[in-house]
Amino acid sequence: MFDIDALMNCFGMASCAVNQLTSGLIIGMLLFLVASGLTLIFGVLNVINFAHGTFYMIGAYFAFSAYLLTESYLLSAFVGALGAGIFGIFFERVLISKVYNQDILMQLLVCYAFILITDDLVKLIWGTDYIAMGIPDEFRLAPFRIFGGYVPPLYAFLILLSLVIGIAIIFLISKTRFGSIVRAAAENAPMVSALGIRVPLYFALLFGLGCALAGVAGALAAPVRSLTPGMGFGILIESFIVTVIGGMGSIPGALVAAIILGLTRSIGSVGFPLFVDGLMFLIMALVLIFKPTGLFVKGSSK
Amino acid sequence: MKKIKNQLKRRSFIKVAGLGLATTALTGFPNILKAANKPIKVGVTTILSGRVAILGQTVLSGLKVAVNEINDAGGIDGRKIEVVSRDSKAKPDEAARLTRELVNNEGCDVLLNCEASGATFAVNEVARDIKKFCIHCISETSSLTADPKNRVPWVFRAARQGIHDAVGGGIFASEVAKNNNLKKFATCAPDYAYGRANTAEFMEYLKLFSPGIDITTQTWPKIFQPDYTENITALLNAKPDALYTCLWGGDLVAFIDQASLYGLFDQFQSFAVNLGDLPILTAIKKIPKDVYGGARYHKDIPDTQENENWYKKYMAGSDVLPTNWSWEADTGMRFLIDALKKTGGDTDPMKLAKATAGNTIKSPFGVDGTMTIRGEDHTLVNYVIAYGKTITKDPYLANIKQSEWKDIYTHEKDWKKRNKYI
Repeated sequence: MFDIDALMNCFGMASCAVNQLTSGLIIGMLLFLVASGLTLIFGVLNVINFAHGTFYMIGAYFAFSAYLLTESYLLSAFVGALGAGIFGIFFERVLISKVYNQDILMQLLVCYAFILITDDLVKLIWGTDYIAMGIPDEFRLAPFRIFGGYVPPLYAFLILLSLVIGIAIIFLISKTRFGSIVRAAAENAPMVSALGIRVPLYFALLFGLGCALAGVAGALAAPVRSLTPGMGFGILIESFIVTVIGGMGSIPGALVAAIILGLTRSIGSVGFPLFVDGLMFLIMALVLIFKPTGLFVKGSSK
Repeated sequence: MKKIKNQLKRRSFIKVAGLGLATTALTGFPNILKAANKPIKVGVTTILSGRVAILGQTVLSGLKVAVNEINDAGGIDGRKIEVVSRDSKAKPDEAARLTRELVNNEGCDVLLNCEASGATFAVNEVARDIKKFCIHCISETSSLTADPKNRVPWVFRAARQGIHDAVGGGIFASEVAKNNNLKKFATCAPDYAYGRANTAEFMEYLKLFSPGIDITTQTWPKIFQPDYTENITALLNAKPDALYTCLWGGDLVAFIDQASLYGLFDQFQSFAVNLGDLPILTAIKKIPKDVYGGARYHKDIPDTQENENWYKKYMAGSDVLPTNWSWEADTGMRFLIDALKKTGGDTDPMKLAKATAGNTIKSPFGVDGTMTIRGEDHTLVNYVIAYGKTITKDPYLANIKQSEWKDIYTHEKDWKKRNKYI
């Protein structure tokens, strides 16, 4: 099952090492965007958004339609994020905020209903066909060659952009007034509202932000991943693994965990192609056993 | 006075007519008429939601072509065909439950099972249990009909079969390999029963026809995996002479888009058995040139007037392009209709089975305009199996080469013997 020779060979060759490391990074960074939204919502609202993958899908479909109209990749990514964000706020206000203090099973049911309804809506609006947005012309370039390895320009751009978005989110939460308020509200909501701050508004905005992160990931990946109703499901599971490994509520944790997963998959595809998923879950299990709060969260879990 | 009387008459006439219309609308035609012209209900379970909802959608549109034809021609001795469909969500237990429900609650007389393999095996056993005539229209798993253990006297298959595609594809690929001196093959297939069996069968026949070939790398993405980057780079690292992939549907679209970013198709020959389906060929924005694709359904394969006509009829009733599943569903329905004509509308499973075993019908998808359901193993033969090479413009697939059925029959027989099916 484990092909150590192939692995050694690969890392003995610069081209193979470059290929696998960059592919690990690109998988990891897009996963990070989705998972950071999930972990953000959990960290502040203490809600596990099981419908998070749906916002990834909404982002992708909105971006697709925007791309048809504008033919601008960046603008359509923005529309995807905005669409998912607005949908997220709507979802939070109308549905999830009603079950904040209820049993987790109730939250799960509400989310599941939302997933099914949205999947059907997507089917009605965009149809059941496989949709591909296609690679934007400005990125239809020959791959960069680095030490004999291949790095597609689109992927290099996506890695950088995801990193910038990630840093911006960390900055937003830790350094701005918005961040201070939501962090304070997470600790003690009645106290914050006693100061005259409309806590529900901030919670809704934060929920929307988390969903927008999933949406932007879906939108950015739309040129290379085919769009189908129900596409959010696969990414949801991986996002959960990331959140568990990195620590529920920790954005830097999500970043590190997403890159670990990306590299596990890329290195695994060379060294142990039949055990990639197994290893991902194994890492998760080990973290749960030895550091149940996740790598980047101190103290006991909430 | 006369005028008033007339008016009254008209009013009461309108009242009576309105009442009559309402009653007809509510109850359908009067009961006496109903008994003689009772429609023949065909129960269909298929996948109408989730990631492969396109399967069910194009199945139903395919069925519509055959059903409209027979109903417009007056039905079977005056009885119309009525399709009653249900969404199994691709779940075997749900498909089995719905199949029973279609028979028990909806009063379906016969079954067309339009499910993927997992659910098909479940429905196969239900049809055996409740003794209803059934044609499987989608599952390609060879053992479904080849293995005598699975066979049911009143159940048939009107779909492609994995072993036929493997022999046809193997012969085609081995010729390309000989001409281009391709020795090292890599494979990339979805990691579940179909992907593994299909890859193994294809490589087995490729090696049989060109003994010098080696498999150097195999990579197994999950089904519905959104991202194939690590698989693509693993393939690039291995530097094979050629690639074989049986990815399908949206997964294949994503794989091709992502692999194009890496210029993968410029670096080695590729064979994609499931590429030649119209929604896939048209979904890929810039289709790479010179990729060998298996034909699933294509309006130009075979390039006949009959196929063109069928395509037009299909498109008149569908907003999604036809898939491989569409012609298979249409074919299943046509075999059913032909059998019903022979029994005079009698849906007795044994009578229908007798009319279906060994039956040959005219079909736009047959190699010589006909297709047969073989009597000995209840499966479809003589349908078009072909490979083509991609071009960047419509019709996207050119240089079509059809497989010879005489080769397929010979190797299929050996395969059956090896597996102790005969």
